[in-house]
Amino acid sequence: MTAPPDDCLARNEWICGEYLSTRRQILLDAVVQHLQLTAVSVLVGLVIAVPLAVLARRWGWAAGPVLAVTTILYTIPSLAMFSLLLPVYGLSATLVVSGLVLYSLTLLVRNILAGLRAVPEETRQAARGMGYGPIRLLLTVELPLAVPASMAGLRIATVSAVSLVTVGAIVGFGGLGNLIYAGMNTYFKAQVLTASVLCVVIAVAADLLLLAVQRLITPWTRAARG
Amino acid sequence: MNTLTGAWDWLGDPAHWSGDDGVWHRLAQHLVLTVVCLVISCLIALPVALVLGHLGKGGALAVNISNIGRAVPTFAVLVLLLLTPLGKWGEGPTVVALVLFAVPPLLTNAYVGMREVDRSVVRSARGMGMTGRQMLFHVELPLSLPMVMNGVRIAAVQLVATATIAALAGGGGLGRIITAGFNLASTPQVVAGAILVAVFALIVEGIFEIAERLAPRCARGIR
Repeated sequence: MTAPPDDCLARNEWICGEYLSTRRQILLDAVVQHLQLTAVSVLVGLVIAVPLAVLARRWGWAAGPVLAVTTILYTIPSLAMFSLLLPVYGLSATLVVSGLVLYSLTLLVRNILAGLRAVPEETRQAARGMGYGPIRLLLTVELPLAVPASMAGLRIATVSAVSLVTVGAIVGFGGLGNLIYAGMNTYFKAQVLTASVLCVVIAVAADLLLLAVQRLITPWTRAARG
Repeated sequence: MNTLTGAWDWLGDPAHWSGDDGVWHRLAQHLVLTVVCLVISCLIALPVALVLGHLGKGGALAVNISNIGRAVPTFAVLVLLLLTPLGKWGEGPTVVALVLFAVPPLLTNAYVGMREVDRSVVRSARGMGMTGRQMLFHVELPLSLPMVMNGVRIAAVQLVATATIAALAGGGGLGRIITAGFNLASTPQVVAGAILVAVFALIVEGIFEIAERLAPRCARGIR
């Protein structure tokens, strides 16, 4: 029998280079799953949120109920949300995505609606005076002007989604959360710390990426300030 | 529909409500965790935020700490704390994690509330010869109260959610009914636990909503 290796894995240290090199594939798979779950949920949330916000803006009476429902959805803790969806989707990635869509939806609808409401009435009237129809007004004036507020919501929604994906570990689809969950059960310190740090890195990277995108698509906000 | 009736039956069984794993005990744990951690977080965050807001210093930290709090997964922090020596101390990791996640919204909202107090009001208070302490307690705090309370409300809702996730890392509270349900592969129990948690969270939110409506007009703020 050979003696057990005396490396940082055997000593169960928090920071361990050996862990990074031997478990590279596992980490990579977890990161990919984490990114996929986050991206799909935020994108689906965005696709649903934009029409909802536009409708709530068009018909004032719809704004109250839409905001009330999203507030209630946002109040429900993530673990409970995933659990409530269990009978519908079973133990699947769809369950995690649906739960995250509901949370992103809340943040996005509120911010897009705030952005649309902040479009100055004079701007709208000027566009109408120039002969813009309602559709063209919405697509070329109102929505672009609502971009900064919407992007703020999108950034918050994305960062929250990155963090909430980890709770998906309860159904086995939690990206890096799976590694944290497994690491907790085996007291594997290096795995828990590495996965946690990667989560934060993904969140910060996504936030910076969206900030860069926002600067690219709204050049006028910088011109006005400078 | 089958699962819903299953969950309903689970909730209707008196055996599930008594004992150490029963709903009443878990509910009491959840309530104590939420209230105790809310009080601790307020004691830590509010004095700091009020003093910083009064002095107008440390704004970048007070505002950005919310964003940092959002980027760090609660589940990761719970597990990390569990693996430290603190983990041997019963509910220790849960309490620390809960406080860590309740402090940012409290700090940010109270600070922003303090800074949003009309500067001309603050200047006239100073002109009337008020001391710093008088300005803080008689002018700035009352005027920023709606924002401060909004922070307390966000923190409370956050605490309920985090306390639920704590069950994944072995903490007590209503989340344990959900995790136990997963371990037993009992969908009715999972759904029943989720309904209890959701109702609890909505009641907490509702209490703050009612408190805000009942509050005297001056404390409600002009929105």
